[in-house]
Amino acid sequence: MSEPRPRLGLFLLALVILVGTIGFLLGIIADDKPKQTLTAGPMNPLPEGEVTEEGIEVPRPPFSKDIFPCSDCHSDMDVNPERRELVEEHTNIVLHHDEKNRWCLDCHNANDRDKLHLASGALVEFSESYKLCGQCHGEKMRDWRAGVHGKRTGHWRGEKRYLLCVHCHNPHSPRFEPIEPEPSPKQPEELFE
Amino acid sequence: MSEERDHTTDRGRDGRGVRAPLGTERARSETAASDHSEMDRRDFLLKAAVVTLGTVTLASCDEATREAFFQQHFHEMSADDKAALIARHQAAYKEKYGLNFEISVKGPLDGVQYGYALDLNRCVGCRRCEWECARENNCSRDPEIHWIRVLEMERSHGVDVLEAEQYYAPEKVPVLDQFYMPVACHHCDNPPCVKVCPVTATWKEPDGIVVIDYDWCIGCRYCMAACPYGARHFNWGEPKISTPVACEELPAAEGALQTAAEYPRPHTRDCVNTNTHALGNVPRPLGVVEKCTFCIHRTREGRYPACVEICPVGARKFGNLLDENDEVRYILEHKRVFIFKEELNTQPRFFYYYG
Ligand code: SF4
Ligand code: SF4
Repeated sequence: MSEPRPRLGLFLLALVILVGTIGFLLGIIADDKPKQTLTAGPMNPLPEGEVTEEGIEVPRPPFSKDIFPCSDCHSDMDVNPERRELVEEHTNIVLHHDEKNRWCLDCHNANDRDKLHLASGALVEFSESYKLCGQCHGEKMRDWRAGVHGKRTGHWRGEKRYLLCVHCHNPHSPRFEPIEPEPSPKQPEELFE
Repeated sequence: MSEERDHTTDRGRDGRGVRAPLGTERARSETAASDHSEMDRRDFLLKAAVVTLGTVTLASCDEATREAFFQQHFHEMSADDKAALIARHQAAYKEKYGLNFEISVKGPLDGVQYGYALDLNRCVGCRRCEWECARENNCSRDPEIHWIRVLEMERSHGVDVLEAEQYYAPEKVPVLDQFYMPVACHHCDNPPCVKVCPVTATWKEPDGIVVIDYDWCIGCRYCMAACPYGARHFNWGEPKISTPVACEELPAAEGALQTAAEYPRPHTRDCVNTNTHALGNVPRPLGVVEKCTFCIHRTREGRYPACVEICPVGARKFGNLLDENDEVRYILEHKRVFIFKEELNTQPRFFYYYG
């Protein structure tokens, strides 16, 4: 009569262990944090990106506000291929990049305005403008591809984004402008003021 | 030998550090030893009372204090001990800041040896890295602690630490004829700081990061004296982070031209980073030493350190030296590299290069 009791006890114990184990395992799985994704991060307030043909992920090129696609205005216009200074439109652009020898249509494509073109005439997307820069600055492009010149954000192991040349250098005036520094750290004698 | 000794004695400030000559010390300890051989009743009672009082004090304090008192060295902790440590610190930070902290104890990744490279030709001395680092790593804002210091030096002189200025404040940088050299922990492979620590509170992890166990550090500051790069900093005051709100992600830009000047200014972001690692950016207590950890809480998750992400000119490179396609590896193989104070044989993991 008193026999079944210990067995019931064992059964209950086993049940408790089983439920406990499952609960623990579920806990581990649920604890797994979602993978970090490459959106604009705390230090990286750059616009969402795109992936180039070569498979390089870049943030959206830094177009001035509401200026792209260029075809919005240009598709209805006749192309005037004559080299000249623009006085009616785009007057905010000051060309300071071998301006003696070049003008707009040396880089911007006349017939498909939403593209750039290389010296060979081959068309490139704005997100691949580094190819255009690399025609003259080949060494810098090589270093950029290796991640040694320019800036990458994201993960040293895993997804990363490459900033384009034009994210740091204004293509029309590429020299880096001096910037305001962050404040000086406190000197030792000021620390406990 | 004797000369060295005198030298140490001289250094004592306000007479506190002055030690008795060697002979006197030995004589005194011998007398003490003979006293001990015959412990009388009064001595015994006194000692017993002290031990009892200590035990009672420990027994009467709360669970957390007792656990902290008996906490082991990080190396000797079991998984359970670490879980208890995390819980205890989380509760303490919740009380201090009203925030929920995530505290990781993640170990090194397999097949990874970290390396860091900084382009001296690019750095403009803007100090974005210095301030972003302080925010990311919950460095005390009052009194102020910065793990990165940016040195301004004359181009014509080259690297000359005696002439270096870290408190420069011109309107715009870079100043013509000057160059800038940020310095933080070099994560030396032959680290003098680790060798001198009398309690092994600081050590080199298998992935190359030199870390500090803040709960084990006794604040003797030997490591600060030993480090030739001035990389270590002491919490002279109760560390304070002024505004107890968690750091939030910045909103993505609309796509305007991202010039360096438009980058966020980290010194204006006053917040607490609740994403932490126990050997890295957890808020520190008073009286311990701290320094750069290669952002251990980020890099062990595969992310770039915060200074790499903020640098507006892309002067900072970080990666795995064992990976053939790595950026830092490429720099070491192809660029002109400069090792700061190479003659001291500290064997840094931090390299300067001319890109
Ligand atoms: S730089 Fe200084 S603190 Fe860092 S590992 Fe070397 S000696 Fe230690
Ligand atoms: S953020 Fe970059 S450019 Fe500015 S001081 Fe630091 S390393 Fe130099």
